[in-house]
Amino acid sequence: MATLGLAEFLSSIISESGVSGHEGKVAALVEKHMSGLFDEARTDALGNLIVLKRGTGRTPHPRVMLAAHMDEIGLMVTKIEDQGCLRVTQVGGIDRRILPGLEVIVHGRRDLPGVIGAKPPHVQEPGEREKSMKWEDLYVDVGLTADEARELIRIGDIATFAQTPIKLQGKFMAGKTMDDRAGVAVLFECLRVLRDMRHQADVYCVATVQEEVGLRGAITSTYGIVPDVGIAIDVGFGDQSSVPEYQSISMDNGPGIAFSPAVHQGIFERLTSIASELEIPYQVDPSPYPGGTDAYAIQMARGGIPTGLVSIPLRYMHTAVETVCLADIERAGRLLAEFIVRLDKKFVEGLKCF
Amino acid sequence: MLLKTLTEAFGVPGQEQEIANVIRELVSPYCDSVETDALGNLIAIKNGNEKGPKVMLTAHMDEVGLMVMFIEKSGTLRFKPIGGIDPRVLVSKSVYIGKNRVPGVIGAKPIHLQKWEEADKPFDIDGLFIDIGAKDKEEAEKLVKLGDGIIFATKYEDIGNNRAKAKAFDDRIGCAVLIRLLTMEKRWDFTIQGVFTAQEEIGGRGAQVASYRLEPDMAIGFEGTTASDVPGSKEHLYSTSLGKGPALTHADASIVADPRIVKRLMEVAEAKGIPYQWRELTTGGTDAGRIHLVREGIPAAVVSVPTRYIHSPVSIIDKTDYENAVNLMAAFLDSIEERGLPF
Amino acid sequence: MKDLLKKLVETYGPAGNEGPIREVIRKEVEGLVDEVVVDALGNLIAIRRGQGPKVMIAAHMDEIGIIVTHIDEKGFVRFSNIGGISPHMLIGQRVIFANGTVGVFGMEKLDDIKDLRLSKMFIDIGAKDEASAREKVSVGDVAGLCRQACFQGDRVIAKSLDDRAGCAVLIQVLRELANKEIPNQVYAVFTVQEELGLRGARTAAYRVNPDIGFAVDVTGTGDTPEAPTMAVELGKGAAIKVKDAVVLTHPRVRQFMIETAEKKGIPYQLEVLERGGTDTGPIHLTREGVPSGAISIPTRYIHTPSEMADMNDIENVVKLFVAILEEQLDALIV
Repeated sequence: MATLGLAEFLSSIISESGVSGHEGKVAALVEKHMSGLFDEARTDALGNLIVLKRGTGRTPHPRVMLAAHMDEIGLMVTKIEDQGCLRVTQVGGIDRRILPGLEVIVHGRRDLPGVIGAKPPHVQEPGEREKSMKWEDLYVDVGLTADEARELIRIGDIATFAQTPIKLQGKFMAGKTMDDRAGVAVLFECLRVLRDMRHQADVYCVATVQEEVGLRGAITSTYGIVPDVGIAIDVGFGDQSSVPEYQSISMDNGPGIAFSPAVHQGIFERLTSIASELEIPYQVDPSPYPGGTDAYAIQMARGGIPTGLVSIPLRYMHTAVETVCLADIERAGRLLAEFIVRLDKKFVEGLKCF
Repeated sequence: MLLKTLTEAFGVPGQEQEIANVIRELVSPYCDSVETDALGNLIAIKNGNEKGPKVMLTAHMDEVGLMVMFIEKSGTLRFKPIGGIDPRVLVSKSVYIGKNRVPGVIGAKPIHLQKWEEADKPFDIDGLFIDIGAKDKEEAEKLVKLGDGIIFATKYEDIGNNRAKAKAFDDRIGCAVLIRLLTMEKRWDFTIQGVFTAQEEIGGRGAQVASYRLEPDMAIGFEGTTASDVPGSKEHLYSTSLGKGPALTHADASIVADPRIVKRLMEVAEAKGIPYQWRELTTGGTDAGRIHLVREGIPAAVVSVPTRYIHSPVSIIDKTDYENAVNLMAAFLDSIEERGLPF
Repeated sequence: MKDLLKKLVETYGPAGNEGPIREVIRKEVEGLVDEVVVDALGNLIAIRRGQGPKVMIAAHMDEIGIIVTHIDEKGFVRFSNIGGISPHMLIGQRVIFANGTVGVFGMEKLDDIKDLRLSKMFIDIGAKDEASAREKVSVGDVAGLCRQACFQGDRVIAKSLDDRAGCAVLIQVLRELANKEIPNQVYAVFTVQEELGLRGARTAAYRVNPDIGFAVDVTGTGDTPEAPTMAVELGKGAAIKVKDAVVLTHPRVRQFMIETAEKKGIPYQLEVLERGGTDTGPIHLTREGVPSGAISIPTRYIHTPSEMADMNDIENVVKLFVAILEEQLDALIV
């Protein structure tokens, strides 16, 4: 039975590792924390966690898929140098400028703490600090000799940011991999709200894998589920200094509801009208590009799936201190639950023609 | 006037309802079924003999354009391109916003107020905006919404000797070829799946799902393709030239055209004395690139009408190329009836 | 094995024009399998039926090359690339067309060699004028690199080891399994158009609908002077793929490959390839997803006319695949 509150749930799952392609542990944790909220759970060939909460009433039920990716960006060992230091590459898109001086955990035969070495100003060449460090300049120091390191670490082992959750003021929280564990928290919140509600639709909550390396989990999971409606939940660029107002959505102002070529206009309209009706704050989040989230892959599965996209405003994306506001997660969870409660055959049939 | 109607219709990627409705009106009387799907493709089917092959013919309805991203306090609009647009073509053009076609202009800083060197650099797209004449944000919000598509306000016109200028010949000229084929009095004895696809300009997204659903035996896509037979371009980089006939593709960045279909197209062109040329450049991609990789693979090819200045506010075609594309395709369909599929 | 490899690398078959290489491979695999089929894109699928899970192993048979885009009035041939071709690599090279016509590369006058682009180069087939050029080649014709294979010590130097070496591995695996009972069905797929974006593997995998997928392809090395950081070396064994640009090998499949190699004492190394992808990418995303892995052949100077690999590595890849196919693979499937 799920007993955790939202903050505890999120705090717990962002503390677990789950770099793209290595989501097994976080998948197990999510399933455990959601227990009592669903009827069935399974993991597919790529490792997507698919949780089903059945609807009621006459079958066949409409099928709705909610997808949030549970994978995180991270590092992968490419070489063990003779000094015992590890050369690494990125899994997913990492701004290498965030790395010098960062603490990491190398997931070898056991978890090993490591630091990404930074060259002190004293030994730098004049002008060196004018340039950012290249991947070739960076390495992880785990404090072992080469022989010791080779015993415990192999090429291809992964490393994650060693960042514990940080409770900021009010409902703000920071940590690694809020992108997109905040979305997984929306699934949790939505299931909690649905626990006490009746709905016709079979609800497939999918914690997808390998989004950060090309939406791979959403491609295969959608193919398998064949939903009538798909909604991706991901993070959006929250307002922060250095990002112009016209490229961001504001924090603690409700989820973004995307309007883009990846989104079916019927779903956009339904989501915005429910939010208006229930006075759930939301923000219209337009984008001319279809890509960048699982919505792209969901929409193009098989013969085409009517798809929506809901975004949690998030600051400092793809750093170790991604920041969200829990109120936005609660609002998104409630909005999706209300959307699901109102889903019926007639609505999903109507979506099939544009 | 088919070309005028098609090229002046609204239809940026993801917002193809208007152009789809225009086409639906034109083809419905001639087809057995006409419907849209979840991505907005318009699928028009003429049934043939049940045992015969299913031939899919496609042209994309969408056009490159812009999207409203943000409304400033002053009432001016921030935008982004939707589809591949060179920002240098935008300044000093007029546009229509949204399905209500609110007129707007893309302004620029007067040359008098610029520094001498500024003219050497193109305008930064982040510095561009659309003015609809609204006095403030509140007034603008009554007229436009975030996410509204924006099209160029270009009028179709005949120009020069049997040529025409308009926006969006890429790919409304392909739509015109497909409409002409679907509305011919002749009925071929096999099934023709006419698909007016959505979202080609952002990656052939409509074509992929439509071909998954329809499972054709083969497919041909109609395109308005680059003609660079203009000053400053070397002959080996023209790709295609206006007036030399429809262009056939060996390979582009998205597909190696099925050689058996290409050979059949050459044969029927030569038998009927229809001129054709090769699309020489191998860059760029089309819907066929998506289609041929669907399911177990669908043999596919591309037939194009050469078009100058695609992806800009105004493009030019030669109408004889368009007529010859229709003739070539009608002859190709005849050949399937007479000789079967080319493989 | 050397004879087979030499025949495969020297056969014509640029991406999209795999006819000749497909026929050579067909002759090699007929008799070793129950059925050979060719699909709509031209993939050759050799099927060994039987009991157990369907295992797809793919090697691509296409190679890089050039395509004719224009023939000028003096008979010079303009061209574009088929697959990843650097203009600098072409200087001084020869290409050969399907009809045997040989061409050499020339370039326009340049102020700086850094400005070299394919659009500033041309192929000279020795034609006196446009008409005589057109007798030999047409727009759309495709040519491959022109080089003979050579064996030196343990090493092989040849064009198109990428991925004819993989094709040789597949054929050799089928040979070694020919009279053996194994607990798996094998779908050996010689794919097309890998060099144009992993196209053939996509449609072939959809058709085969495998329970498990593997690819065998070449991978880069980090063992040459001032090379990019990479732990793979020539001669150090079969390279078990952990990651490339299009796949993260499922940890369960990776562990299985490692354990199989260790159990059989087959030398292996682990591969993290930062750029470039292989057929495993589309295979593992087929339908509802396919647990997939890849074993690579360490190769230097990939996408040049003189790629270099170690015959021992190639043989170790064969051994590892044979060992894998002799195992019960049910535990790898969800």
